[in-house]
Amino acid sequence: MATLQVSNVHSQYQKQVVLKGLDLTVEKGEIIALLGPSGCGKTTLLRAIAGLQHITEGEIAINGNTVVSDKEFVASEKRGIGMIFQDYALFPHLTVAENILFGVKIANKAQRVTRLDKMLSLVKLDGLGERYPHELSGGQQQRVSIARALAYEPEVLLLDEPFSNIDAKVRREMMLEIRHILKRHNISAVFVTHSKDEAFVFADKLALFNHGKIVQCGDAEKLYLCPQDKYVADFLGASNYLPAKVIADKTVSTLIGDIESDRPLTMALNDEAELLLRPQHLVISKNDKGLGEVIERRFLGHVCQYLVQIDDITLDVHSECLDINIGEKVAITVTRHHLILL
Amino acid sequence: MILGLARRWSVASYTLALLIVMPLIALILQSLMPDEAVFGHLIDTVLPTYISNSLLLMFWVVIGALLLAIPAAWLVAKCRFPGRNIFQWALLLPLAMPAYVVAYVYTDLLDYAGPVQRSLRGLLGWQTPHDYYFPEVRSLGGAAIMLALVLFPYIYLLARTAFLEQSASLGHAARVMGCSPWKSFWRLSLPMARPALAVGATLVAMETAADFATVSYFAVPTLTTAVYDTWFEYGSLTAAAKLSTIMLFVIFAMIGFERFARRKQQLFQKQSSPGELDSYSLSGVKAFAATGYCFGLLTLAFLLPFAILLQYAWGYFAESWNAKFFEYSFNSLWISLLVSVICVCIGIVLMFVRRVSPRRADMLPSRLASTGYALPGTVLAIGILVPFTQLDFAINDVAEYFGFEGPGLVLTGSAFILVCAFCIRFAAIAIGSIENSYKRISPSLDMASVTLGLTPKALLARVHIPLLRKGIFAGLLLVFIECMKELPAALLLRPIGFENLATYVFQFVSDEQLEHGALAAIVIVLVGLVPLIYLNRSLEQEK
Repeated sequence: MATLQVSNVHSQYQKQVVLKGLDLTVEKGEIIALLGPSGCGKTTLLRAIAGLQHITEGEIAINGNTVVSDKEFVASEKRGIGMIFQDYALFPHLTVAENILFGVKIANKAQRVTRLDKMLSLVKLDGLGERYPHELSGGQQQRVSIARALAYEPEVLLLDEPFSNIDAKVRREMMLEIRHILKRHNISAVFVTHSKDEAFVFADKLALFNHGKIVQCGDAEKLYLCPQDKYVADFLGASNYLPAKVIADKTVSTLIGDIESDRPLTMALNDEAELLLRPQHLVISKNDKGLGEVIERRFLGHVCQYLVQIDDITLDVHSECLDINIGEKVAITVTRHHLILL
Repeated sequence: MILGLARRWSVASYTLALLIVMPLIALILQSLMPDEAVFGHLIDTVLPTYISNSLLLMFWVVIGALLLAIPAAWLVAKCRFPGRNIFQWALLLPLAMPAYVVAYVYTDLLDYAGPVQRSLRGLLGWQTPHDYYFPEVRSLGGAAIMLALVLFPYIYLLARTAFLEQSASLGHAARVMGCSPWKSFWRLSLPMARPALAVGATLVAMETAADFATVSYFAVPTLTTAVYDTWFEYGSLTAAAKLSTIMLFVIFAMIGFERFARRKQQLFQKQSSPGELDSYSLSGVKAFAATGYCFGLLTLAFLLPFAILLQYAWGYFAESWNAKFFEYSFNSLWISLLVSVICVCIGIVLMFVRRVSPRRADMLPSRLASTGYALPGTVLAIGILVPFTQLDFAINDVAEYFGFEGPGLVLTGSAFILVCAFCIRFAAIAIGSIENSYKRISPSLDMASVTLGLTPKALLARVHIPLLRKGIFAGLLLVFIECMKELPAALLLRPIGFENLATYVFQFVSDEQLEHGALAAIVIVLVGLVPLIYLNRSLEQEK
C-alpha cells in the first residue's frame, strides 16, 4: 500500500484554479520532489496534503485512509503529518527541547526525555536542548525543525522549500545529511522546491509541475535523459534543438549530418521532429571547413561554454577544450547516446 | 488558517461585534423617531450656532496644531541642536494633559484677576478693564489655543516619523543640486510628509469634535455640549440622538478622509527606504532659536500647567488628601482594570478568529468592533442609553408582571452601564494592539502547530497567547489609561452619587476651584504619562 495516494486533485485559491487534476503516489520510504517554477501549484498541493488548503475535487489518502474527498475531511491535527517550513516555524517562546517535544503525546517523563535525547543526537544537536531558537544558527534551526517533525512520528513528512534560507556553502551538505536521516528511518517525504539541483540531490523521484498539472513524474535520470516535452527538457537543464528527420531505424538526418542513436527511436521512418541535444553531448573541434562559427565564448571553470552559429541556429556547447576563439570555424559532432525527438 | 475551525468561534466573534455596534445602531434608529418639539426648537434657535462653532473650532485647532507641530517635528527630525534628544520625547508630554486642566490654569493666569493682568496693570498704571485691551481667554479662540496646545503632539509624532523615514539620499540629491535646508524643507520634506500630516490633522480634528470639557468650561456651545444639555436639561433622548447623528456624520466624513490620506501615505513611504540620517548641525543663533522654540512650546503646553497644578496640590494638600480622593481613585482603578481585562479578552477572541478562520465573513467582526473608538464619548453615551433604558423598562415590566416589585434602574442606574460604555469605546485599542502583535507571528507557526496535532483552542493557549504577551500587555495598559481619562461618557452615564477621578476633577474645574482637585488631576496626568514612555520606548526599539 502506498504511503500517500493523491488522485485527481483539483483546488482553487482566491477563485483561481491552482491544481487541475493531480495524481501522485508516494511509496513507503520514498522521497519525492515537487519541482516547478513559483506559482505552479506545488506548495498548494503540499498544503492540501497537510489539510491546510481545501480541494474542490479528488481524493487524498494516507496509508490507505482517506483524509480528504468529496465526503470526508480529516482536520490537519489528526492526519499525522510532519511539516518543515521555509522559515522553520520554530516557536520562539519555547526552548529547543520544548519545541521538539511540542507534538509528542506520551506523558511518561522518562520516555519523553529518551525521545528528546534520541532526536537531539539524530540531528547532532546534543546538549543544545535548553537554548532558544534565536540562539541557534540557520542550519541548527533547520535541524531542530526536522527533529520536531520526526519526534511526532509522522506518517509522511512534507518539506516546503526547506533549504532556500540556508547558506549555499552548507546547503548541499545539509541536504545529504537530512536525506540520510530520512532514508535510515525509512520515512516517506514530499519535498517542494523550484531548484532542479536541490531536487536531484535530495529526492528519489521528481514530479515536474506546470500550471497546476504534473507534466512528468519519475526518476531524475529518466526525466533528464528522456523528457516528454520541451518544458521538461528545458526545466532540467540547458538544451539545444535541431530540426531532424528519421531516415533509418536508429538514424536521423540533421543539418550537422546524420546522427545515430544507441537505442531505437520513438518515431517512425520519415517523421520530422526536433532533436534534443544537451550541451555536453556536443563535441566541438577546430575545423576551417566546419559549418559553425563561434560567436561567444565563456569560461565557466570546469568547462568552457561556446555558442556556435550554424545557419540560423545557435548551439550551446560545453567543452573542456579551451583554445578556440570567437570567430573561428568549428565542426560539431554528437557523442553516441539515446537520441530524443520531441 | 484552520480549515476545520468550528462554527462556534465565528458565532462568538459575531456576537461580541454586534454587542459593540449595538449603541451605534440604536442611536441611528432613535434619531429617526419623530421629536418635533425639542429638535425643531433647537433648529430654529441655536443649532446653526452649535454647528458653526464646532466647525470653526475644529478648523482653528487644526491650523494651530499644524503651526505648532511642524517646525518642532522638522527641527527634531532633521537638525542637531542642544536638547534635541530630550525634546524628541518630551514634546509628546502634553498629550497626557487633559485640555480642561490646561484651560483652567490659563484662565486663572490670564483673566482679569489673574497675575498677568494684575502685574500689567501695576506696571502700566491701568485702573479698569476699559483702559486697555486684553484678549478674552474664555472664548472660541481661547478654546482653540488650549486644544491645539494639548493635541499638537499627534501631528508632531506623525510628522517626525514621516521626516525621519524620508530617505537620506533624497536629501543628498537636493543638496547636491543646491537646495538650502530651508528650500529643501519646502520643496522636499513638507510635500512628502503631506499624507502623514493629513492623518495627524484628522486625528486632531476628531479629538476636537469629541472634546466636551474645555468648551463646556469656556461656555462655547458646540454639538458636544448640545448633546449633553439636550439630555440633561430637556431630557429628550430622541433630540440628543438626532444631534449625535449629526456629529456622527462629521466624524465618519473625517474617518473617510483619514483612510484616503493613509492610502497615499503608504505609497509615499514605500518609495523611500529609511536611510542613515544626515542632519543639519545648528549653531549660534539658529541653535538658540531651535532650542528656544521647542522649550517654549513644551513650557506652555506642559511644564507651566503642570507646575501650577503641583503648586495648587501643595497648597491644598491637607484638604485634598481625604477619603473622597481615595474613594474616587478606587472607583477609577477598578473600573479601568475591569474594562481593560474585558477589552483584551474581546480583542484576543476577535483577532484569533480573524487570523485562523477559513471563512471570509469572519474578517468583519474585528472591524465592526473597532468602530466604537470613533464615537465621541457623549455620542456613545446617548447611544448606549437608548437600548439600556428600554432594557431597564422591560426588566421592571417583567418583574411587575410576575407580581414582584420592580428592581428599579438596574442597568442605567449602576456602574454596569459605565463599564459597558468604556468597553465599547476602548475595545478598538485592545484589538489594534493585539492585531499589531499578531502581524509579527509567522503564519507558518500556525501550520506547524496544527500539523503537530494542536486543536484550535490549544493553538491559542500554547502558541498565540504566549507570543502575544507584549501586545496583550500594551492593550491592557492603553485601555486602562484611556479609562482613567475618559470624561464625557462618565459624566453622562455615572449613577447618581458615583464619581471617578475624571468627573471629580471636572467638578472642581466647573466650580472654579481646581486647587482642591489638583491632586486628582496630577494622578490623571501621571497615569497618562505611562503610555507615552511606552510609546517612546517602542519607537526607539524600532530604530
